[in-house]
Amino acid sequence: MKRWLLPALLLAALIGAWQIAASTGAIADALNLEDFLVPSPSEIASSLWENRSLLAENAWVTLQEILLGFAIAVVAGIAFAVAMHLSTTVRLASYPLVVASQTIPIVVLAPILVTWFGFGLGPKLAVIALICFFPITVTTLDGLRSVDPEATKMMRSLDASRLQILWRVEAPTALPYTFSGARIAAVFAPIAAVFGEWVGANSGLGRQILLDNGQLETARLFAAAFVLSAIALGLFGLLALAERRIVTWR
Amino acid sequence: MPTEARDFAADAGEPAGAGDRAGVAVRGLGHAYGELTTIDGLDLEAPAHRVLGIVGPSGCGKSTLLELIAGLQAPTAGVIEVGGRAGAAERLAGCAFMPQRDLLLPWLPALDNAALALRNRGVRRAEARREAGQLFERFGLGGFERSAPAELSGGMRQRVAFLRTLVAGKPVLALDEPFASLDAITRAEMQAWLAGALAADPRTVILVTHDVEEALYLSDQVVVLSSRPARVVAELSAPGARNADRDAAVTDRGFIAARERAMAALHEGSR
Repeated sequence: MKRWLLPALLLAALIGAWQIAASTGAIADALNLEDFLVPSPSEIASSLWENRSLLAENAWVTLQEILLGFAIAVVAGIAFAVAMHLSTTVRLASYPLVVASQTIPIVVLAPILVTWFGFGLGPKLAVIALICFFPITVTTLDGLRSVDPEATKMMRSLDASRLQILWRVEAPTALPYTFSGARIAAVFAPIAAVFGEWVGANSGLGRQILLDNGQLETARLFAAAFVLSAIALGLFGLLALAERRIVTWR
Repeated sequence: MPTEARDFAADAGEPAGAGDRAGVAVRGLGHAYGELTTIDGLDLEAPAHRVLGIVGPSGCGKSTLLELIAGLQAPTAGVIEVGGRAGAAERLAGCAFMPQRDLLLPWLPALDNAALALRNRGVRRAEARREAGQLFERFGLGGFERSAPAELSGGMRQRVAFLRTLVAGKPVLALDEPFASLDAITRAEMQAWLAGALAADPRTVILVTHDVEEALYLSDQVVVLSSRPARVVAELSAPGARNADRDAAVTDRGFIAARERAMAALHEGSR
């Protein structure tokens, strides 16, 4: 059986159940709501189609934020992990701070970033990068440290410099770990983007969702959420594909 | 950068390094991990192009001794000379260390694994591959240059690992139980194979093993160490065994007598 068949069946069943429950008004009745507040999948689909240009416009803005923020997180995350790996001083000094940085709720931080950096791209990238770099740093550092000490001795005996050991042994060992961290980050990135947009933005899916919520445009809200989810899944899928192509030895 | 390593880099075109003759001398060696003394006042001598076998009970510090000789660790007392030079950097430059497990890098094909030392010295990939590739046929690995380590049998992986050690072109080979992970038949084959490889390309070899037969067959001289702290309890040899057919050599009366003495010394030393 194909790997995608079971999830596809489950998804179809869920959507079907939702369709029936929503179109018969069962959910709205149970929640004591107006029918239009509980859109059915078919209504969401038609909203997706009717608002395609608006959604595409906003999705493009959010996609750019996500890709740029994610890229910054990958570069910074790996660089930070390597620095902590190569220098015990750096590791001991900064590891607690790295963890602490994740304990600050992003909803607290985001408004401050907007105050400092304005309504543009900057604060969104900062929020996304701040959330995404953590899993990448932690997993990459774990990967770098998971190298067999015997392999390091073997390489030293074969005249390898510290950087050659890093490049030829530690980096390839850490790569699957980094990919794991990146996949986690890919799922967080759209959530971070929405947060970034909620505290101040002129466009983007997050802002769209906020507006739709205020205007009780629930079908379009779900449509925007659907697009956002598709972006996350696409990023996740691309990473999985890249990992399969690059990490061929596992 | 030790000058010796530079010299190897300069004549990296010669994979064998057979021109380099360097013996190993250990005098009054002591080593401790914190409070735990692993080696105390040990003397050993391995003349150039000779094989010194080291056997001893588990945990007696054999592996530590090998890492000390190879310059991967610093002794707490005494002197270790490789080719007459005692610094850790010089020992590192003069010894090629082969760990217990093959530790082939799974992301590199067999050829690139074998060529690691050359690549580390800055030899270009094509040149390093050509040079390491010359030895594949001779080591029974012809046609497997492009194979991933996972595609090779245990014996072949071990041969690639040994090739990698040999290609480093160092005068001294420090082998840490090189065949311990193999089954008995493959191990016997590999011992005979190693004997042939050393006959073709003589090096000074420090061979650590827990297999007395392996030590006696491959070594010019075998020292039996006691349990911690390690000291020499017996020195033995089975002259000429390495150059004979392995099956015949290990059933030779003199060989068996030497093995008995080694076993007795091992038991005595581990008390």
